[in-house]
Amino acid sequence: MPSRFAKFQSLIALVLMVVAMTLLSDKFLTPDNGWNILRQISVNLCLSIGMTLIILSGGIDLSVGAILALAGAVAAGVLKHGVAIPMFDVLLQFTVFGAIVCGIGVGLALGCFNGLVVTRFNIPPFVATLGMFSIARGMTMLWTGGFPITGLGEEFGSLGTGIFLGVPMPVWISAGLVAAFVVVTRKTRFGRYLYAVGGNERASLLTGLRVNRIKVWVYTLGGGLAGVAGLLVTARLDSAQPNAGLGYELDSIAAVVIGGTSLSGGRGSVLGTVLGCLIIGVLNNGLFLLNVSPFWQQIIKGFVILTAVAIDKMNTNKS
Amino acid sequence: MSDHGDIVLEAVGISKNFPGVRALDDVSLTLRSGHLTALLGENGAGKSTLMNIVAGVFPPDAGEVKLAGEVVSFANPREAHEAGITMIFQELNLVPNLSVAENIFLGREPLNRFGLVDANAMNLEAAALLERLDLAVEPTVPLGSLRVGQQQIVEIAKAISVDARVLIMDEPTSAITEHEIEVLFGIIENLKRQGVAIAYITHKFEELARIADDAVVMRDGRLIGASPIRELTHQAMVQMMVGREVKQRAEKAPSTPGEEVLRVENVSLKHFDRPGDFLLRDVSLQVHSGEVIGIFGLMGAGRTELLETIFGLHPKGSEGKIYVDGERVSIQSPVDAIEHGFALAPEDRKSEGLILGMSVAENTSLPSLTRLERFGLLDQGAERSLVGESIERFRVKTPSQKQIVRNLSGGNQQKVILGKWLSTNPKVLLLDEPTRGIDVGSKGEIYALIEELTAAGLAVIVVSSELPEILLLSDRILVLCEGRETATFDRAGANEESVMNAALPN
Repeated sequence: MPSRFAKFQSLIALVLMVVAMTLLSDKFLTPDNGWNILRQISVNLCLSIGMTLIILSGGIDLSVGAILALAGAVAAGVLKHGVAIPMFDVLLQFTVFGAIVCGIGVGLALGCFNGLVVTRFNIPPFVATLGMFSIARGMTMLWTGGFPITGLGEEFGSLGTGIFLGVPMPVWISAGLVAAFVVVTRKTRFGRYLYAVGGNERASLLTGLRVNRIKVWVYTLGGGLAGVAGLLVTARLDSAQPNAGLGYELDSIAAVVIGGTSLSGGRGSVLGTVLGCLIIGVLNNGLFLLNVSPFWQQIIKGFVILTAVAIDKMNTNKS
Repeated sequence: MSDHGDIVLEAVGISKNFPGVRALDDVSLTLRSGHLTALLGENGAGKSTLMNIVAGVFPPDAGEVKLAGEVVSFANPREAHEAGITMIFQELNLVPNLSVAENIFLGREPLNRFGLVDANAMNLEAAALLERLDLAVEPTVPLGSLRVGQQQIVEIAKAISVDARVLIMDEPTSAITEHEIEVLFGIIENLKRQGVAIAYITHKFEELARIADDAVVMRDGRLIGASPIRELTHQAMVQMMVGREVKQRAEKAPSTPGEEVLRVENVSLKHFDRPGDFLLRDVSLQVHSGEVIGIFGLMGAGRTELLETIFGLHPKGSEGKIYVDGERVSIQSPVDAIEHGFALAPEDRKSEGLILGMSVAENTSLPSLTRLERFGLLDQGAERSLVGESIERFRVKTPSQKQIVRNLSGGNQQKVILGKWLSTNPKVLLLDEPTRGIDVGSKGEIYALIEELTAAGLAVIVVSSELPEILLLSDRILVLCEGRETATFDRAGANEESVMNAALPN
């Protein structure tokens, strides 16, 4: 598959960048900085795994950053204040586990809604998830009243700051998800269907695949993974920010594309996306160590995206 | 009309490769002023590819095109158009939502002095063109509201609306009525008198004597012969096209139909855009195990729509009853259809039949994955053996199971499609144009496979626009015209003339 070659390309790019950063800064290639980069990319990684599934199936999701914010806020809110049900005069209190379930559940539900809108009303994913972007941002403001929810306790915070066997928790979680979804995309029926639907939706339909059902699942998973990312962000800061995750959807699309996944669907891989996230992470981290202004960082990142896609295009046109 | 018009266009040593096929191999062609050169050959012989190169649709891999003695190279059809080469494509290249006049003048609309489209001038000019072609249609109506045959005439109007030096027509009479053909032939005579060089692709020999001056025969991407039409007999042309003794129909072993597998009663399908109009009207058919039913019709007759309706692609807008093994079934989606034992090999293999970027293995196993799961994961050993069996049974020529299906030839792609369906053990196989764009050799292989499958008890419905194919394969033939069933023939009672007559609108 051509994606294997694309993966190879981004691997070379990553190695070159690591070598360059090592030569330019003696603070770059240290164990501490290595963990730092992995921890920094873990949130984008969660989002980007979901984004990879969605893009592979031929769609796109602009709402993952907004879902991240709402999921984090809901988890923080129910943990801190519980949920009052005035009708029965009851106040439901949540454990940390309960809060986590609520956060991920919110992500799954909104993702599922995305999928239903895309399939039932035949609305292009770009527009459907743009709608959800606004809905979820608004709901986050409504839920938080525009103020951060802070003081969530050590147990919840350990999700973001804890260390287990020397490895930060967010790295464990994102690595676990990567492993799971590598298996899902490469070894399961659902994974195969994903590539088929993205590769040729009409042919998939005529081959008897339940195309709509597959798509709903894809968006649901994308939302759920955004929920996980929301928990990581909230736990790390010990606070749910109403504006959390602003613009994250674009970073995650960038990671997927740099990782060699085709925006037209059907071609790409989760491992490619991991490389994409690493490239963006190394770039951000290295440029920061080199004291490059954040404004320049954005410009450079933009050119990296364009280069990655241009190279990919040239390769596919050749074959 | 002189015998030796000036050479207007010359194509010299043209070769063209598509992934897996050599579509054109060192082909040369000369078009003369005031002459009509007929291009003959079976589907997949390379006629359309050659004309597409001349018209700038894609560049040749080798060779050159000379227009009035000068080497030209067109980046796109527009450049060819500006140089005076116009092509009427086989597929309609019209925009249904625009008006007839807008379609005719698309891309070169007359402008008024403010630089805006001069709709009045455009409609008047279009009306004049339509009158020349004797088409009684207002230039302002949306194109989509016209019959397919009428749309084809609009396409012709579009082509003759510019002063072309070279006019290429790819089967322009495939969907129009006798009267419309007469009008077209009159126009062709006129254009010839004006010195236009015409290339004309056709399958209809009877047209040749009327309009053609020269004939060029192609086979498997090569030029087989070129000569003035009066020096060729019908038999000689057929021999050159086919390159072997024409296959006798009697070769097919008489089939012994078994139990009725499928019965379709009074299927109708509403037109998608025109309320009150129908794409299919009260079509009924029956297929027995081991039997091949051929469905013939011209473009727009509803052939593909019939298969699609049976396969559950038009749950809205369709009516009628479908019985499988004597029991009434409700088919609302392809998933339902497959569950009831149907399989469809669609007309357009590349856009509907295959996932081109996936491998032979992935395409073959796609409808069977449910059976290949173990503990929630795909059993890759089982997949390999399923695919291996299918490749062997259908004699797919591929370097490996991992070969990307895009790189296979048309014939082998079709075999992959047959293979993928046969792994699901269907009862009824629906084949839509099973050999379109497939070279002659592979065609024979596909026919042989179809016979093997029916011998094994499968019921088959074949839709084809090629009469010889229908006559060769079918035990019974159903003819459609404009969505209605106009005749049914059994094998003994069918010949080219009777079937074609039933298919023509009148």
